[in-house]
Amino acid sequence: MSESVLRVENVTMQFGGVVAVDNLSLEVNRGEIVSLIGPNGAGKTTAFNVITGVYAPTNGCVWFNDKKIIENHPRGKMKKLYQGQNKDLYHHTLAPTPDQITRLGRARTFQNIRLWKGMSVFDNVLTAKHCRRTSGLLSATLRLNAKEEAQQRQEVQELLELLDLADVKDEMATSLPYGKQRRLEIARALATQPELLLLDEPAAGMNPQETAELTSFIARIRDDFHMTVFLIEHHMDLVMEISQRIYVLDFGKTIAQGLPQEIQNDQRVIDAYLGVSEDA
Amino acid sequence: MMKQQSNKRTIVLGLILIAVMALLSVAAEALAGSVSGLSMLLVVLKKGTVYALLAVSMNLLNGFTGLFSLGQAGFMLLGAYTYAILAIPVAKRAGVFQYYDGGVVQFSIPEIFSGFLGDVVGSVIGMLLTLVLCGLLAALLGWLIGLPSLRLKSDYLAIATLGFAEILRTFIQFEGSAPLTNGSNTLRQYTTFQHLYPYVIIVGVCILLIVLLVNSTYGRAFKAIRDDEIAAEAMGINLARHKMLSFVISSFFAGVGGGLMAMYMSSVQAKGFTSAMTYEILLMVVIGGIGSISGSVIASFLFIGCSEWWLRFLDDSSNNIGSFQLLAPGFRMVVFSVFIMVIVLFFRRGLLGDRELPDLARRMKKSFRKEGKHK
Repeated sequence: MSESVLRVENVTMQFGGVVAVDNLSLEVNRGEIVSLIGPNGAGKTTAFNVITGVYAPTNGCVWFNDKKIIENHPRGKMKKLYQGQNKDLYHHTLAPTPDQITRLGRARTFQNIRLWKGMSVFDNVLTAKHCRRTSGLLSATLRLNAKEEAQQRQEVQELLELLDLADVKDEMATSLPYGKQRRLEIARALATQPELLLLDEPAAGMNPQETAELTSFIARIRDDFHMTVFLIEHHMDLVMEISQRIYVLDFGKTIAQGLPQEIQNDQRVIDAYLGVSEDA
Repeated sequence: MMKQQSNKRTIVLGLILIAVMALLSVAAEALAGSVSGLSMLLVVLKKGTVYALLAVSMNLLNGFTGLFSLGQAGFMLLGAYTYAILAIPVAKRAGVFQYYDGGVVQFSIPEIFSGFLGDVVGSVIGMLLTLVLCGLLAALLGWLIGLPSLRLKSDYLAIATLGFAEILRTFIQFEGSAPLTNGSNTLRQYTTFQHLYPYVIIVGVCILLIVLLVNSTYGRAFKAIRDDEIAAEAMGINLARHKMLSFVISSFFAGVGGGLMAMYMSSVQAKGFTSAMTYEILLMVVIGGIGSISGSVIASFLFIGCSEWWLRFLDDSSNNIGSFQLLAPGFRMVVFSVFIMVIVLFFRRGLLGDRELPDLARRMKKSFRKEGKHK
């Protein structure tokens, strides 16, 4: 029995009348790479944003390392709609902000690269270490934290060397080629010392060769850092090659889950992606 | 790796630089009697030093954290009034607060300290403490203002802080608070530093602290918020806390700057602290380069030099050649505006952009070396 790192229970996210994510439940175990796929507009990114604390869900909860970190069960009118399995938990709301979630040990990347443009590669990664500092404002200003600072710089240097970014560490983050910016974003997420890495379409806008490189890169991260990875992706090559398990979303609902080869042959998934012909 | 070793060196170098500048200002003052033009230079330097601190404190917020605030004049006003009210000698209070029976504050911090530490040492310590108090009060106000207004972004934050500054000014001029603030009347005759070097030292230490802060882990977090708020939050930086920190620190130094400004002007009146003053400082920040501390310092000296000294002759209508009345009072500002437009046109990101002077020096060295190789 493997240990669960992330568990999503009955998460529903509603924007006005639109149900973006409908009763999503999924589980990610330690050391796994799990993917969430689905056609455009299926609610993948919304699900991701709920898990990372950007949106507070309309209903449901998220567990991380056997600790409930996000929870909301609606009251009043909504209560009837989303009773879920937790009928007795209606008054709880837990809505941590993304920074608190990151400090708990989860880090994410973004669909459209969001590096800090005014900083060098090294500083980008070093700044991500800020959330792990122990020094206060005064001691940092008066340089009484030199030991910690040196320690963090050392760690960043080692991380960059591991991820083959050490040779460009003094360049501006935005001057890197696209593939390296992606890698830098992952490096930056790793610098926050997460247990779970969340990747939002890491291969978006990449050519097949870059995608292949990224695939081995993600697999390497799992092996080298003993990292658990949860990713959203469009590129089927990447997903099928590295994921242990796959969840498929369509119109907010989970339509399939299982091993890559099961998903590949699942009729519902093929229908969702290719559409059902009229006379079928 | 290099930076890490230079951490302690920054402090030492900064302190040495401050000491050298203080010595230079002492020397300049000693020579002021015998060299013509030097006394004018001293006036410019004094005002420029005070403005340098104000510009740098504004840059910390606008340039490094990306919070566009226009409340600077308000914090300066609070600092200036705190200093003036607390540093008027008791014997002179009846004269200053002539309409309000000497006012409600009946003590003077520099006098209290000179009571048991001797005249010179005591009053200097008292004045320094009063300046710190100016900063602390401004920081407290910054915290209070920040609570509601830091939820706002860009232009809206600017409007909110601008409003707070105007409210504060009106409140100080308000008849009801007059026993404390002397209403719309002038505060004067408080203890001040006569020489240039105390200004240089105080401002130098303050700017050194800001430089150290900006290059620390907190400074990096501020820059991360400026560059991409969403990414910063996702990387575990608490936005509310760090924005508040930056706002409060900037207010603190604006308050200290306000206290110094009160000293420099030797009399203060709330009427002068309008939003135009904020814009003046904003102009220095923009000319120097948003996100460059050395740029702000250079720009504030240039700005003060131009507006107080080098362009003064343009206002003198007796300098006109022939009968054509080109030079007249106010013409200085026309030329000045043209200057500013030229700077904005040719240095779109300010004189230094977001770089610092040492960076530029390093880059020049590099390009020289490259040229040498080509030959």
